[in-house]
Amino acid sequence: MTESEIASTAEPMIWARGLRKSFGTGESAFEAVKGIDLDVRRGEAFGFLGPNGAGKSSTMRMIAAVSPVTAGELRILGRDPETDGPAIRARLGVCPQEDTLDSELNVRDNLVIYARYFGIGRADARARADELLELVNLTEKAKAKVDDLSGGMKRRLTIARSLVNRPDLLLLDEPTTGLDPQARHVLWDQLFRLKQQGVTLVITTHYMDEAEQLCDRLVVMDKGVVAAEGSPAALIREHSSREVAELRFGLGDVGADGADGAGANPHETHAADVADLGDRVEVLPDRLLVYSADGDEVLEAVHDRGLRPVATLVRRSTLEDVFLRLTGRTLVD
Amino acid sequence: MSIPAGIPLPLTSVQATWLLVERNIITYRSAWKLFITGFLEPVFYLLSIGIGVGQLIDTFEFNGQTIPYAEFVAPGMLAASAFNGALMDSCFNFFFKLKHLRLYDSVLATPVGTADVARGEVIWGQLRGGSYSAAFLVVMLLLGYIHTWWAVLALPAALLIGFAFSAVAMACTTWFTSWQDFEKVTLVQTPLFLFSATFFPVTAFDGWLRWVVECTPLYRGVVLCRELTTGTVTLDSLVSVVYLMVMGVVGLLVVRKRLDTLLLT
Amino acid sequence: MATTQPTQPAQRTRPAPHPSGRLSTVTAVRRMAPYWLTVSLRTWRGSVVSAFLAPIFYVVAMGVLLGGFIASDRARLEGAPDYLSFIVPGLVAGHAMQTAVADTSWPVFSNFKWNRVYDSMVATPIAVRQVAFAHLFFVWARVTAVCAIFDLVVAPFGVYGSWWGPFAALAAQSLTGLTFATLMYGYACRIETDAAFGVVFRLAIFPLFLFSGAFFPVANLGAVGERVAQLTPLWHGVNLSRMLSLDTVDLSTAAINLAVLLAVAVLGGWWAVSGLEKRMQS
Repeated sequence: MTESEIASTAEPMIWARGLRKSFGTGESAFEAVKGIDLDVRRGEAFGFLGPNGAGKSSTMRMIAAVSPVTAGELRILGRDPETDGPAIRARLGVCPQEDTLDSELNVRDNLVIYARYFGIGRADARARADELLELVNLTEKAKAKVDDLSGGMKRRLTIARSLVNRPDLLLLDEPTTGLDPQARHVLWDQLFRLKQQGVTLVITTHYMDEAEQLCDRLVVMDKGVVAAEGSPAALIREHSSREVAELRFGLGDVGADGADGAGANPHETHAADVADLGDRVEVLPDRLLVYSADGDEVLEAVHDRGLRPVATLVRRSTLEDVFLRLTGRTLVD
Repeated sequence: MSIPAGIPLPLTSVQATWLLVERNIITYRSAWKLFITGFLEPVFYLLSIGIGVGQLIDTFEFNGQTIPYAEFVAPGMLAASAFNGALMDSCFNFFFKLKHLRLYDSVLATPVGTADVARGEVIWGQLRGGSYSAAFLVVMLLLGYIHTWWAVLALPAALLIGFAFSAVAMACTTWFTSWQDFEKVTLVQTPLFLFSATFFPVTAFDGWLRWVVECTPLYRGVVLCRELTTGTVTLDSLVSVVYLMVMGVVGLLVVRKRLDTLLLT
Repeated sequence: MATTQPTQPAQRTRPAPHPSGRLSTVTAVRRMAPYWLTVSLRTWRGSVVSAFLAPIFYVVAMGVLLGGFIASDRARLEGAPDYLSFIVPGLVAGHAMQTAVADTSWPVFSNFKWNRVYDSMVATPIAVRQVAFAHLFFVWARVTAVCAIFDLVVAPFGVYGSWWGPFAALAAQSLTGLTFATLMYGYACRIETDAAFGVVFRLAIFPLFLFSGAFFPVANLGAVGERVAQLTPLWHGVNLSRMLSLDTVDLSTAAINLAVLLAVAVLGGWWAVSGLEKRMQS
């Protein structure tokens, strides 16, 4: 190993300080990413979580060296995307949010031609294509047209395509959106194996279970900034309680004080009754969530107070609770 | 497997450009019928207008020479088919790849850049158009419409016409948003095709109108081809060559700039 | 209850429904009319250039400018006083064909392959056969309207032999359009990929347009060429359109022209309907 290569292994795969991205100018300008810091280390699986419009995809495109940085500093594999774009892209694998397969080519040619774009020789490209088709179980479909593949197959082909140059850094933008549960699990297995082989993964996702399964570390992005950062377990510890007690009251149950409850949300009226039982109480149209270290204790206390919810559930806190806590429940489009 | 572990040298621009061409060749392997039949279009025009209508017309005068109508129309068809082919490729096919296939989004995620894409697509269009032009020249030769060696240069002239229009059309296509925009292409293409002295001498126009026609790019192309196939080349022919070259280079630069703003934001 | 009772639908005189729920074709076409009208209203602007401007460019370039170099000799122009009068009725008939096949190629294919409008139509009591009728009917109406405007625009050029010429010629052009609409419709239902259109346009439609007597008398093709050209349906449309426009009708020829066009339109109608029925079943 030469000295410079040793230096590059010590270097973080992705390093960003005050990274910003805006679109348009003047009055119509829109800032998608508002100054974020990132450090992604070699071999790690790193996740971006956030609602639509949080700035995840803009960040991913900057990391993929196809979108110029508006302000701040960004280094990918120790290089500046502004000047070394082609060299960086040569070592990246990109799996975009929407499949951008070449429907004018058959399945195998999609991989062969894509490999050629990386300067891989024709014979090597063919061998690599066959190897990847095997990996994603599409060998039988080699000659098929892309349009004839199912959604899951297309996704697998896109993933295979992103691996064609044996990337050091694999960027996956919502890799399992639109897949059925079987296909998701197959994909998770494959991503896990890649990680074991030392590939650095960067994933954006809406799926909390996916983030918990795959990511060593993640950031929650909201409105262009990093709202929280850490491992899934640490985030849950920090931003939620250990357990959640869910209480569902009947529609006519308007609470002990018997206020003019007709038509009111019973969960609204009961919130005050249980407010002191947990670290935090959240009112939803159909249930009350009580965040607490011990959910069963909460339930007992509820019964002791003479409250009669029609249904109850105690569960462990998840990343989803953290996510909703940090980014709110309002719909974002 | 021989993929080096470090960061390999990115492709040279010649390699990257060629890869785009290679991709197009592969897609065309399954569409060879479309490829072959494309060549027939100018031949049909030549037979219909040149020979069918030609029987109603005696001869035309061109650069002091008296030539039969079919020999007059043939070089016009050569230029016009290079023009039509370039527009077809650079508007419809390019738009399809840019907006529907989203081909370049995935291409640009690799070491290939926007300039390579622009060059690759134009070169591919030229390979296709050039083979049609060569075949058409052979048809002209077989029909006995060629009597001069200058006609050999009509092939590069047709390529130049194709290049100029490919580049400009591709640049315009980057501004298109829907298929409805292609009516604008028809709006420009049809009059250029019909009024660029393809079917009749420019003397059909009077005064300022004639000046306008003489300044249009397809007219320059038609006249250039006609001068070459009839062997009446003059220094003025160079004007057409320079005109078309500038047009192509400017177009190509715009395409690259536009792809940067469209795809690398 | 504050809400008002839903008002009774106004009693309209409509034929008693068939026990099986089957609709009469007229009712079905009427039910699809709003769809086709909406589509036409939304897209007419997008086709102004190819439907109106492009053919006018052809008339000016070929008829007026090239025509200026062509001797006005009735004997060599099938009885037309000049080249412009000769080419106009032919061009309009050729344009009727092109408009008709453009409207029944990709648009039809798209309706069962890509945007699947037909699927949503046959999910109602409307039958497949009626879907094909309705689509053909609206294509026919559009082709007729395009030709009518065209005939109107060229009238000031003095290309007609009589006052009724444009009206009679329009009927011939409209029938020509319908004939080709049915043929292309049936073809569109039977192909696997849309690449097949490119080939048929280049090998059939385009040569038909150029060699069926629109631009020059088919006699110029030589004895054999003339006979071959006269076998094509477009020649019958062009010839009928021209005779009616120039007021040079030869009754027996006109009867043959009309019979051929009608026969092909009927056969084509069957070809189109059976094509769509097959396609929607698979």
